[in-house]
Amino acid sequence: MSVDPQGPKVGADEWVARQTHRREYLPSWLGNAQRAGERIGWWPRLAIAGLAGLALPLLGLGGFQLQVGIDALVIALLAVGLNIVVGWAGLLDLGYVAFFGFGAYGFALLSSSQLGANGIHLPYWLSLPIVMIGAALLGLAVGLPSRRLLGDYLAIVTLFLGEAFVEFTNNVAPSKLGGPNGITGIDPIQAFGVQLVTNTSYYYLLVIVLVVTMAVLRLLEYSRTGRAWRAVREDPLAAAAMTIPVNRVKLSAFACAAMVAALAGTIFAAQQASVFPTDFDTPILILIYAGLILGGTGSIAGAATGALVVMVIYDGLLRSPAEASVLFYGLGLLTLLAKVRPWRRLGVVLAATVVLGFAAHAIAAAISSSAVATGPQSSGWLGDGLRDWVIVPANPQTAGNVGFVVLVCLAIALVQVKGRWQTILLVPTIYLAAFVWETRLVVEPSITRQLMIGAILIVMMIARPQGLLGQRRVEVAT
Amino acid sequence: MSFFFQELVNGVTTGALYSLVALGFSMVYGVLKLLNFAHGDLYMVGAYIGFFVIQWFGGAQHLTIAVPLLLVIMFVLAAGLVGGLGVAIERFAYRPLRDAPRIAPLITAIGVSFFLESSALLLFGAQYRVYNTADFISLSSGIQIGSVTIDSVQILVLVLGVVLMAGLQLLVNRTRLGRQMRAVAADREAAEMLGINVNFVITATFFLGSALAGVAGIMGGLLFNQVTSTIGFIAGLKAFTAAVVGGIGSIPGAMLGGLVIGVAESFVTGYISSTYSNLIVFGILIVVMLLRPSGLLGRAQLQKV
Repeated sequence: MSVDPQGPKVGADEWVARQTHRREYLPSWLGNAQRAGERIGWWPRLAIAGLAGLALPLLGLGGFQLQVGIDALVIALLAVGLNIVVGWAGLLDLGYVAFFGFGAYGFALLSSSQLGANGIHLPYWLSLPIVMIGAALLGLAVGLPSRRLLGDYLAIVTLFLGEAFVEFTNNVAPSKLGGPNGITGIDPIQAFGVQLVTNTSYYYLLVIVLVVTMAVLRLLEYSRTGRAWRAVREDPLAAAAMTIPVNRVKLSAFACAAMVAALAGTIFAAQQASVFPTDFDTPILILIYAGLILGGTGSIAGAATGALVVMVIYDGLLRSPAEASVLFYGLGLLTLLAKVRPWRRLGVVLAATVVLGFAAHAIAAAISSSAVATGPQSSGWLGDGLRDWVIVPANPQTAGNVGFVVLVCLAIALVQVKGRWQTILLVPTIYLAAFVWETRLVVEPSITRQLMIGAILIVMMIARPQGLLGQRRVEVAT
Repeated sequence: MSFFFQELVNGVTTGALYSLVALGFSMVYGVLKLLNFAHGDLYMVGAYIGFFVIQWFGGAQHLTIAVPLLLVIMFVLAAGLVGGLGVAIERFAYRPLRDAPRIAPLITAIGVSFFLESSALLLFGAQYRVYNTADFISLSSGIQIGSVTIDSVQILVLVLGVVLMAGLQLLVNRTRLGRQMRAVAADREAAEMLGINVNFVITATFFLGSALAGVAGIMGGLLFNQVTSTIGFIAGLKAFTAAVVGGIGSIPGAMLGGLVIGVAESFVTGYISSTYSNLIVFGILIVVMLLRPSGLLGRAQLQKV
């Protein structure tokens, strides 16, 4: 018996759970457009997104933008794979990035001068299956603990396996694996006489691979295996009672996820032409999780979209101060628009913030000219607009640090108070955020990027745990 | 043979430190059933507080106050501030998610850990901060048993560790608050129905656990001398290992686990090679998990339907 994905879902509780979603439709014609958009099927949407992805380089992307696109696509592929084990099977796998590393290192060893006298230089159609099958076997081995470990224990064991991978590549057999210096001089992807050398060709390859993977996973999602995964996620005991082989189903989820990760790893290694242990450390894992969670666990399209959004923000926009500033103020304003109701209150808050800024700047300038000695660090029209609004003292480093600590305290206080006090407290918080941004954050993009990802994870989990495209699930209380 | 005993002493000392971090981790898991991935970063914050206290009083070479007083200030300040930070994290990040699906607070914990680490990097910079312990505590004034030396910092860590663990054991087993903690750990809803202020108990647990991590951070600073924003991650991993090896949620288990990990690490470093010490610690964890999934002292969980 097959279940029609568009048909009525079994059990009324999911319908009840989506009541809030239906109420969240935008008003009037916007809502109609939204509903019309939702009526387009899944497959046409995938086709449109894929074609848009293929058409994007025709707009004339620069080298940097192309590289951001490639990185984003790799992470999207990884997030789609992670969705199998986290979103569908409900197993928290914190060692996922090790499979990515395994794929990359496996491909590197099979397509470089690292092993043997002359090295091994296999064509891609031969090395890819070897690496993917190897990863699947490794996935089975890692999944073995899940037979006995429930929930959190599994998270710890897999976290350690991920760490062990980094330690292993760093320390074991330096002549073969290169230690911290990694493996360099990896062949590009070559098969049937074709060699992929340029970044553009890797971009096209990744778009195609991502679309094909998503299509395969969509078929898998509503297959017997896919339904078994979700059954095990909801209640392993009930699933076992329905004769689902729980352990085998969990292991197959691990193996499938590992194969997708290894696939991403091979393309990553070939495109970079080098692999290093630090490429497969915790920050990458957190990026993949951030993407999956932002998009919504359990949804293929959500995982891909979320990862693309996170990576374009992380890799593309947060690197250059000017774009990062526009993003920062834009996101802040959008959050206020969405969260502060009614309109009158929003207007009061915004007006008060603007007045507070000019007043504070004027007072600070009157007291001492060194208090406003440095202009805002944002450049361009944004910096000009903020010149008389934000105080940036002569020694931005220290002032920014103090401001940062106070800001965190204010933010914590803000969620604790209610009503009028919240409105009053909101104004200095916004101004302080702008102050910290201008004095400190915007000039240190490498740290700011990670800070923002951590903050996005926390806020997203509290505000909308099901993600942008995910559906609210009903969790049976235990 | 003296090498063996020397390594044993070193291992027990670092083990005491791991035990303190593991205790907080295990207590939080006990009451909230939450793996607090940010716990290791609280250790890092504690270590930084110690460093700044030393700087405040003139730096390691030119201290302006007596050393015992300095140590008291360091430990009290770290316990208070880090405890407060732990309480803030609980209220801000974990409390809104108390009834959310299990995976949500776990991921929030990862986010908090990332946030704390990058904040420390931003505020304190990437360079290593050095305690220079040897400049104000004379390391040679320790105990000499045969050819085995226990230096004064090790004595301090061991004594303080034992006192804190004994105190915690008394608190959990003999006081009203401890009884409430155990009740909340056993069944939160039932505890609430019996009139226990669950929110207060959870806050108190977070304060105690985080304060222990803060104290351990200072001990780590005194022992290993170096502080940077990433030390929390490795300390957190070791503490997880200790808590899980001993049996998560069990307080004697966390102490035992810390000692096992500390001693194992010390022996691997001494007899084999320091490059493999982390790999072997992880190996121990995985073997213990596979053979005894509930840890050495943990009780097997019954799955309720």
